[in-house]
Amino acid sequence: MVEFWDVYLLPALIIVGQILLIVVPLLVAVAYLTLYERKVMAVMQLRKGPNVVGPFGLLQPLADGAKLFFKETVVPTGANKVLFLVAPMLTFILSLIAWAVIPFDEGMVLANINVGVLYLFAISSLGVYGIIVAGWASNSRYPFLGALRSAAQMVSYEVSIGFVIVTVLLCAGTMNLTGIVLSQKGSLGLLNWWFIPLFPMFIIFFVSILAETNRHPFDLPEAEAELVAGYQTEYSSMAFALFFLGEYANMILMSGICTVLFLGGWLPPADWAIFTWIPGIIWFGIKVALLLFVFIWVRATLPRYRYDQLMRLGWKVFLPFSLLWVVLTAGFLVYFDMIPA
Amino acid sequence: MIISTIAFYLFAAMTIASAFMVISAKNPVHSVLYLILAFFNSAALFVLLGAEFLAMILVVVYVGAVAVLFLFVVMMLDINFAELRQGFLQYLPIGGLVGLILLIELILVVSGWALSPDAIRVGAETAPVVSDLTNTEQLGHVIYTKYAYLFQIAGMILLVAMIGAIVLTNRQRAGVRRQNIAKQVYRRPEESMAVRKVEPGQGV
Repeated sequence: MVEFWDVYLLPALIIVGQILLIVVPLLVAVAYLTLYERKVMAVMQLRKGPNVVGPFGLLQPLADGAKLFFKETVVPTGANKVLFLVAPMLTFILSLIAWAVIPFDEGMVLANINVGVLYLFAISSLGVYGIIVAGWASNSRYPFLGALRSAAQMVSYEVSIGFVIVTVLLCAGTMNLTGIVLSQKGSLGLLNWWFIPLFPMFIIFFVSILAETNRHPFDLPEAEAELVAGYQTEYSSMAFALFFLGEYANMILMSGICTVLFLGGWLPPADWAIFTWIPGIIWFGIKVALLLFVFIWVRATLPRYRYDQLMRLGWKVFLPFSLLWVVLTAGFLVYFDMIPA
Repeated sequence: MIISTIAFYLFAAMTIASAFMVISAKNPVHSVLYLILAFFNSAALFVLLGAEFLAMILVVVYVGAVAVLFLFVVMMLDINFAELRQGFLQYLPIGGLVGLILLIELILVVSGWALSPDAIRVGAETAPVVSDLTNTEQLGHVIYTKYAYLFQIAGMILLVAMIGAIVLTNRQRAGVRRQNIAKQVYRRPEESMAVRKVEPGQGV
């Protein structure tokens, strides 16, 4: 019995505790990301944004959550009930499980696996299922069209994301996310991070994650002017809330991946004492918040792409360019004998 | 130890059960979803074997790309399910025969009946040396050295298949208005605008 406790139960409980330590702050972050988005957009459009519920509107996300929680879940008559309810759960779960491999600080990671980058890539490529299943199970025209668009869009941009990841892997020499962050450590601080030598790939990666998370200007799956609300047209109450949470958690996740790959993860921008005093997890948070700000900035600034323009950008611009850059990087590394061992 | 044994039987049973559901589900969309479940469980089996790279590639390629396209196509098909089920018994003998042959072949291979001493020697030679390298690196050491030409040929075959598919399905249609972005960007006001003096009551 004692052995059973020591070998199985205690490690399991510790893992559950660690999972809660990641998921609970993440959900709070998702809730306040909605407020962040509304406040930043409001400032950019010379409005005040939510300012009634609580001081500076700080309780607004909780009020929104409570409102959605008390609404009725409506399942359309013609819908495939099981899949209709599974789809939002799938989206939500997928947006959470990817966090298992993100390193918040040196050693502060739930599962430090060797193929961390591939795991993230696999999970993010599964995100399309939540949407496509939702669109099909709703048995309705607008959700179905939205789902088809989204499937095509996410598959297209995944290809260039894959090539960008390959470039970073070539330079870092490892697929372990902690290893990738450590490969950006150096005396130059900020200048050692991969976004300087791989700047074009950084831009491609950022634009692709906008498309991958269905954010503006690529939010065609839910283009309200054409498709009512796209794949989530038939959803209400908590089912809708799960989609919403999943989408925002995915935004934070993608910013986190971008931080790890290009912006040096938890590393401070310079080796000065005042920066190294600040714990790594704070630096990680600051970088993620900065990228999220750009997400919102883009949303407030750019008009939505037309569908054929979206496909053109993905297949005719990003794909050839990232492919060329992979070849160039590999050639450069081989020629100057700089391949990391 | 016992946990990994339980996990193996769980994943293996799930793989077989979902593979059975792929062929027996009434709705083709459900079939594809069960297929995805089968892929997942096979990936989990790879992880149990310690082949995490193959597991992730299986998920990325098959679940993330191939099954999405399957689902995409199947959802848009207009199928009469009742009609589809009619031929089931008719094709059962042929399907059973194919299954039987595959089963026999698998048994022959797995039981080691066909393995000659030569084959065992070659197999032992090509097996990557157990070391502290991750299995991604181990695969890389074999694929890009010993099997470099075969690897390149596999790539060429895929390329030919891809070009073939494009050639077969690409058709030029007349009267399609395409957007030429470069042309739009290079357009100057002088070429596209003209200032006219319009007399009252005349129009342009």
